[in-house]
Amino acid sequence: MTQFWKQMLRNPSGLIGLIILVIAIFLAVAGPMVFPNSPWRMVQRPFLPPFTLSTVPLGTDALGRDVFAGMIYGARVSLLVGLVSTLAALAIGVPLGAIAGYFGGRIDDALMRFTEFFQTIPSFALAIVLVAILQPSIYSIVASIAIVSWPPVARLVRGEVLSLRSREYVQAAIVTGQTSRWIIWHEILPNALSPVIVLASLMVATAILLESSLSFLGLGDPNLISWGYMVGAGRTVIRQAWWITVFPGLAILISVLGLNLVGEGLNDALNPRLARDGR
Amino acid sequence: MLSFVAQRIVKGAIVLLAIIVLNFFLIRLAPGDPAVVMAGEAGAGDQVFVTQLREKFGLDRPLPEQLFLYVKGIVSFDLGFSFRQQMPVSKLIMDRLPATLLLTMTAFAISLVLGILLGTLAARWAGTWADTAITVVALVFYATPLFWIALMAILLFSVALDWLPSFGYETIGANYTGFAHILDVGAHLIMPAMTIGLFFMATYARMTRASMLEVKRLDFVKTARAKGLRDNVIQRRHVLRNALLPVVTLAGLHSGTLIGGAVLTETVFAWPGIGRLMYEALLQRDYNLLLGVFVV
Repeated sequence: MTQFWKQMLRNPSGLIGLIILVIAIFLAVAGPMVFPNSPWRMVQRPFLPPFTLSTVPLGTDALGRDVFAGMIYGARVSLLVGLVSTLAALAIGVPLGAIAGYFGGRIDDALMRFTEFFQTIPSFALAIVLVAILQPSIYSIVASIAIVSWPPVARLVRGEVLSLRSREYVQAAIVTGQTSRWIIWHEILPNALSPVIVLASLMVATAILLESSLSFLGLGDPNLISWGYMVGAGRTVIRQAWWITVFPGLAILISVLGLNLVGEGLNDALNPRLARDGR
Repeated sequence: MLSFVAQRIVKGAIVLLAIIVLNFFLIRLAPGDPAVVMAGEAGAGDQVFVTQLREKFGLDRPLPEQLFLYVKGIVSFDLGFSFRQQMPVSKLIMDRLPATLLLTMTAFAISLVLGILLGTLAARWAGTWADTAITVVALVFYATPLFWIALMAILLFSVALDWLPSFGYETIGANYTGFAHILDVGAHLIMPAMTIGLFFMATYARMTRASMLEVKRLDFVKTARAKGLRDNVIQRRHVLRNALLPVVTLAGLHSGTLIGGAVLTETVFAWPGIGRLMYEALLQRDYNLLLGVFVV
């Protein structure tokens, strides 16, 4: 484990990503306590430009709401949706991939066709349709992001399990009469974990992008402020008030960038064999 | 070869059928009785009319039969009727399709050309500042939401510099003809196409770079070098050609994702394509239209 952290910290881009992520998480968790302005309350005159008042550092939007407060509260929604929907996607993809890879044959065929089917549907279009039909809420958003993003997980896990299955220690476990379930859970999956972790960190980034795109289109949870919603709301007044769209967009950009960098850092740290090739 | 093509066609047909069936059940998931909703949208809500509607659209029949009718309708290009726009869904989509094809094809070309070019340059100069610069640019574009790039482009090129028109397909009321018309559409096309193009460019650039560095270390490149071939020839003929295989595969997989990008960019730039149509359907809760676009 210390080896892992050493690798992670030696990698400059991974380190930058980690720092960004820690700051974002800190703001999301502690921000609302330090910064009590509600993102929905009118605090100043509308269209107050940024950097004019220290209490409202990033200005106000068309309804006089604090842009900075919106960004802080929006961080909660973005990070939470990113994390939860990735976990949900893993909960679908890992078992499916493991079963397909372990049992092979017809089961594998059927499950992989099923996965391919979901992979051929344009993911964003499917997510839009799902959220629109299930009615926008935090649950339908998480569910639809999970539904469109599990196929790569299933494929990755299947590939890993397929190659691990023929290893001697797995064969040994089969011979000693362990149940398939026990073997998958205790012998195979722990060894297939590292590429899944890397993929998961990149999936959180994609999920945040998806969530922001959905709320930009007006499919966000109407009770929660999010970065995508703020950009969408500021879009119509972009000529008068650039700051309403610029800052939340920057927040999305920076956090997604941070997650991607962490993903690459994890990849280098967990697969040192690949890292040396300089990519 | 022929059997391979046939196999692919059969596979494609099965996927399409599955999407249609999925679609059918998605409609059933939508809240409310469709007949009541339709009656409301048509402006009349009495019981007789609702029953009539139910019979007309076969909603009183058992579910499997409804599914059969639905599939039959789609196979004959009948995607239902949009009550909001008072037009058949298939006509609406056909009207909008050319604009989206123009946009996505241009974006696709931009992303591939720029991506491969930048990726090749980065691999060529691996480890230098130029490589770092290209990698950083690719990383940033990869992490930026499409709709935000679009808005920033409008801020920069339309609001601040006033170089490019910020919305639409052509200048309304100008009625350009011939070459002037092409130029006009082109000026409207640049920003939306670049917005989608740059996002995918980032993916292709990163992939080309990684793949070129990988191919470079293979034995046949060493052989070529030993034969005394010039570096340029090796890079172009041997390395690039082989390195492009995974990039092209990925690009093929992405062609569907482009539509998702089109929804966002067409919304921002008011581009009259099916992405914008989907957004309008979304705003008006026009499920027939929304699912029709989805099938296409």
